[in-house]
Amino acid sequence: MKEEEKGLSTIVKVVTRWIVGFILLFGIYIVIFGHLTPGGGFPGGVIIAGVFVLLTLSFGREVPLRKLNSTLASELDSFGALVFLLVGILGLYLATYFAQNFITTFPQQYFRPFSAGVIPICNLAIGLKVGASIFMVFIILAVTRVISVGEGRMKMLRKRTGRRRRK
Amino acid sequence: MEFILCFFLLMVGLYAVVTKRNLVKIIIGLAIMEYAINLFLILIGYRKDGIAPIMTSTMDRVEFLRKAVDPLPQALVITSIVIGFGILALAVSIAIRIYERFGTFDINEIKKLKG
Amino acid sequence: MKLIPLMVAIPLGTAFFIPMVSRKNQRVPDLLGNLCTFTLFLLSLCLIRFVPQVYFMGGWKPPFGITLVLDGLSSFMLILVNLVTFLITLYSISYMELYTSKLRYYSLLLLMLAGMNGVILTGDIFNLFVFLEIAVISAYALTGFGTEAEELEASFKYLVLGSVSSVFILLGIAFIYSLTGSLNLADISQKLAGEGIFQSPALWFAIILFLYGFGMKSAIMPFHPWLPDAHPSAPAPISAMLSGLLIKAAGVYPLLRIFYNMFGMGNLSQKFIPQILMVLGGISMAGGALLALIQTDIKRMFAYSSISHMGYIFLALSLGTPLGILGALFHIFSHAVSKSLLFLTSGSLEYVLHTRDIRKMGGIEERMPITAFSGNIGFLSLAGIPPLAGFWSKLFIILALVKAERLGWAIFACGVSVLTLGYYLRMNRYVFFGKIKSAFRRVKEAPGTMLGAMVLLSLVVIFLGSLLIPPVKKVLLSPAVHILYSGEDYVKLVLGG
Repeated sequence: MKEEEKGLSTIVKVVTRWIVGFILLFGIYIVIFGHLTPGGGFPGGVIIAGVFVLLTLSFGREVPLRKLNSTLASELDSFGALVFLLVGILGLYLATYFAQNFITTFPQQYFRPFSAGVIPICNLAIGLKVGASIFMVFIILAVTRVISVGEGRMKMLRKRTGRRRRK
Repeated sequence: MEFILCFFLLMVGLYAVVTKRNLVKIIIGLAIMEYAINLFLILIGYRKDGIAPIMTSTMDRVEFLRKAVDPLPQALVITSIVIGFGILALAVSIAIRIYERFGTFDINEIKKLKG
Repeated sequence: MKLIPLMVAIPLGTAFFIPMVSRKNQRVPDLLGNLCTFTLFLLSLCLIRFVPQVYFMGGWKPPFGITLVLDGLSSFMLILVNLVTFLITLYSISYMELYTSKLRYYSLLLLMLAGMNGVILTGDIFNLFVFLEIAVISAYALTGFGTEAEELEASFKYLVLGSVSSVFILLGIAFIYSLTGSLNLADISQKLAGEGIFQSPALWFAIILFLYGFGMKSAIMPFHPWLPDAHPSAPAPISAMLSGLLIKAAGVYPLLRIFYNMFGMGNLSQKFIPQILMVLGGISMAGGALLALIQTDIKRMFAYSSISHMGYIFLALSLGTPLGILGALFHIFSHAVSKSLLFLTSGSLEYVLHTRDIRKMGGIEERMPITAFSGNIGFLSLAGIPPLAGFWSKLFIILALVKAERLGWAIFACGVSVLTLGYYLRMNRYVFFGKIKSAFRRVKEAPGTMLGAMVLLSLVVIFLGSLLIPPVKKVLLSPAVHILYSGEDYVKLVLGG
């Protein structure tokens, strides 16, 4: 099956192709400027995941999975959480308390991307984590299914056929 | 007055959870309940004609304290939305697995356990 | 002192680290999981020396920041949770071979552990809710881990009832916040004492919401229907974790903190809250025991027994006297270790015999002596035979009831104890004694790590009475009772007044 035949109509595909880059950029902006303007890691991560959801809906599941397969997404997910935790633990050892701000020697300029100590790093970590995990949730709900292989053992499988047949 | 709306919403959700037979409708009911509580939390911190709780250097402190809305419930709501998202994702995935096992979303037909 | 946040950070970090490193090698999750829980157990023992201690997250002082409070009660619960979790992970090395994805199993288990440690340590009511949700969401997922039809159904049931109770807890927290403008437990307690808030109907509504929410989480009788389905459906180590730890760390412990430390039991007794707790406890004691009598599924019987014993704990803590609190706390410990032991035993039986129906078993003692030994120790302890753990805790509860001049309840508790002995003897007769069935004549004992965990847990059950020796009691139990009994000390400790 050729790629053009999958997914939604041509109009949707063309509009998606135009708009996807801007949405991704907007998501990254929301993450990076999270400590200055409304937003932050979680909303930005959701927007970034929204890009991949949009791609899945309009082009079928292969296109986003080629860019970001689920193993990599799972690893990014864990990586984001670990970075956040690492910032917390560094705060414990470089400063006094857990999650304390330890970048205090930075020039104190207001309204610059790198101005609020560890908060931008935390935002980046959260953005990574949330984006990857919401993408994973979507992909797992939409694409995989469980089949049983023998007694008590289960196996996760990629779904081969298209949409699930309704009763 | 707005609080009554929250409780109405909560009761709608609870009604869906208690009486509906369809797994998806139950999940929708759970989501409505969560949103009712989120709305309630936001309304606790709200004050009429309030401003965003961001203080700039030109602002008078007393004036700011008098007018700004309470930011803490908003932080709580963000957290509670994330938790709600986690529960919703898990519930939906369990519901899909149940559909694969039983071939139905009707809870009257899903009763292998007596309990 | 820097060790306190590590109690939450280590399991959280390991939970996210395991999926990153162990895609190829199947042994890595076992190793990392056990290492993590063992480290945590050692840490929790080390932390006894630092009691009492308040830790300010990010350096923000209360009531503005999140505090971690390590007082007597926290340290007591931490030791219990981490000890049992370590033995459970040891057990699951072999047992979880029955399932495919060990990686996800250990991830979720450690997340649940992180949630429980967080609930125990935190001094902030909303933070408590967040950690509670981390723990119970992992529990929902782990209940349906096998993805069989029954397991999914139980998991969904647990999820729906659990989320409804979580929503009510959050509503209660919202009420408390709107009344006092604070989220710190100690600060709320101070503000409640200062003004006449106790007359406000909203506060009583919040109390009822908490009672419902945490009552649901701890599966007290009218709110119990999820437990007899969820606990048997999970894999055996998870059943042990849920029944032994989660209903206590996520149900009773927050209730203790909120009712004793935040509201104060003296204030609550104006509106019959202790009486309500007592009646709920009584219903679950009798109801759980009676329903356990007629079960044929071994794990389902243990689950009903858990409801019955949660009733004991509620009955004891409703008294509000030091002896009653001591009884409740000691029963939390003894029931946690004994019930985990029993669930691990049932897992071992299921591993070897592939059935959970007690009528199909018989004479297993001949072929599986160590499993039979641990099963017997567990049930004797819960039935209250001296000198095992359950005897001491029941003794204290009954003594407290007598001392509080509630003789009727004391006799009732004794009666339920006899019922407990009854249903465990029935189980024992069917499973371990009698003639061995021909199908099981050649079965072998379960693998070594499972047996090791069970034997260690049996030893804990046998020697738990030593917690009552005065020097040990002074370190572990007395501070826990003291911090609950005198709420002012808790406020002073946290706010540093």
